[in-house]
Amino acid sequence: MRLACLDEVYALAKRDDRVFYVGSDLTAGTMSEFQNELPDRFFMEGVNEANIIGMAAGLALEGKIPYVNTIATFITRRCFEQIVVDLCLHNVNVRLIGNGGGMVYAPLGPTHLAIEDIGILRAVPNMTIVAPADADEMRRLVPQTLDYPGPIYIRLAKGFDPIVTSGDFPFEIGKGIPVREGRDALIVTTGIGLRVALDAADLLGEGGLQVGVLHLHTVKPLDADLLRDRVSRVPVVVSVEEHTVIGGLGSAVAEVIAEANFDTVKKFKRIGIPDVFPDDYGSQDGLMERYSITSAEVAGVVKSLSAGRYQPSPVVLS
Amino acid sequence: MTQLTTKLDPRSLDLRRRMVQTMAAGNRGHLGSAFSLVEILRVLYDDILRYDASNPKSPDRDRFVLSKGHGCIALYVLLAEKGFFPESELGMFCQSGGILGGHPDHKIPGVEASTGALGHGLSIGVGFALNARFEKSDRHTFVVIGDGESNEGSIWEAAMCASKHCLAGLTTIVDYNKNQSYGPTSVIQELEPLADKWRSFGFGVVEVDGHDVDQLHSVLSSLPVEQSRPSAVICHTIKGKGVDFMEGNMEWHHKSRVTDEELEALFRALEAN
Repeated sequence: MRLACLDEVYALAKRDDRVFYVGSDLTAGTMSEFQNELPDRFFMEGVNEANIIGMAAGLALEGKIPYVNTIATFITRRCFEQIVVDLCLHNVNVRLIGNGGGMVYAPLGPTHLAIEDIGILRAVPNMTIVAPADADEMRRLVPQTLDYPGPIYIRLAKGFDPIVTSGDFPFEIGKGIPVREGRDALIVTTGIGLRVALDAADLLGEGGLQVGVLHLHTVKPLDADLLRDRVSRVPVVVSVEEHTVIGGLGSAVAEVIAEANFDTVKKFKRIGIPDVFPDDYGSQDGLMERYSITSAEVAGVVKSLSAGRYQPSPVVLS
Repeated sequence: MTQLTTKLDPRSLDLRRRMVQTMAAGNRGHLGSAFSLVEILRVLYDDILRYDASNPKSPDRDRFVLSKGHGCIALYVLLAEKGFFPESELGMFCQSGGILGGHPDHKIPGVEASTGALGHGLSIGVGFALNARFEKSDRHTFVVIGDGESNEGSIWEAAMCASKHCLAGLTTIVDYNKNQSYGPTSVIQELEPLADKWRSFGFGVVEVDGHDVDQLHSVLSSLPVEQSRPSAVICHTIKGKGVDFMEGNMEWHHKSRVTDEELEALFRALEAN
């Protein structure tokens, strides 16, 4: 997904000289073609995120379209005020490429885990947040970022994720994709959560439940119309995300459902990282299991909610 | 450095009178911080910057960023005088419905970037200067920063970046009035040796009396200070310059609920110059 993203940025740069690349001491070698072919639009800067965001804002205020690429935690936490003031207040066309959104960097520990990136950025006016599910979807996304107005945060999961999207559904920033239909329940997801959601829907299908899957690759602006429409058709809704349950997709979905004032009761549960800093290493998949962001867990929650058996309980960690 | 005994000429005093009137309209403002940079801005807007007030976004204008945005009253008075917006807006300072708030906003004609959160303007200026180079334009970028603002790490991140890119088209002007919000910089956060710091970050450095318009004009009209390097013009100034009871008085860093008596005293003090 990362390479697909950077390839597409290079392709954009070759056909549009407004495109600039700004790195922060990352991805040695990966962008050498861009650097060699378009050296006057390639800036590999030091480890100074606050500066490169301001610098990118300056370029964008001049009509350029900078793509700023570094690790997700550093491009969100470290320079948050620059994102708010320099990018969002000025509403400039800067694209933030956040490598390792979620728990990709599991072996590196909590300083490198972007578990709240969507939540903090979602609160800032003018910011658009997109989390593609796989490399193919990333290739459909990046060309659309060229002329999309305002700042965009592109959340990258790890590379080599299985391809779970298809070109059958048109991709448009801000428009959700109803990947699968189902009358018994709806799983709403974003990013690589789509794979978990689809597997869960398969499991539930084996048990006779018809479960829909709604992929909201754009968490902001949320496709609330589509979400309301799909939720209105089912009694049970579960959100799945590789992100803290505070402030991310699940919160956004909850807000829409709460204010929709449906005539019928909706049973709802967020599945994501609980309100803790992950305290183990290993692999991304391992941490996903630790926090029950798995197809089996999602299927179990949907089944329990559908049967009226689900009881909220505090998360207990070993 | 110099004793900073420069006597203010009628134009500098007139600008300050209009600044007091502007502050009175909003009944608040960072007047002391603004009085220290009047001559810097006056020289820039009278003689140095290329701009077209009737077309504030003309491509070849020089770029100016008041990164120490709290000094905005001085900027607003000059922008109004030059015709960027009607002088009547000064009478709406900080009021609902006006365009001029307590910090510069990029929607104001003539203002390139919203500032006030400190430590942002120099990096934005780096972006402006890089783009000028990309477009092979000789336009210059000027960024005024404060001494308190120089506590921010992002200023030094931007300085390293500007130096790395040899941005001779970028000039940082430091309004070095030696006082930040709570007290003297020497107590709150010592900056010395400030000129050496900028030199060590790769800048061509010059120090001037920031109230001496001739010195300022001489330096700002012969940039860069050193070829192929960004410039740092360290302006030694006095916070509240021109009003004896305001000079170096921390109470005037920011003032709200200004009384009629205080306003009268300000006008009287300016008359006495």
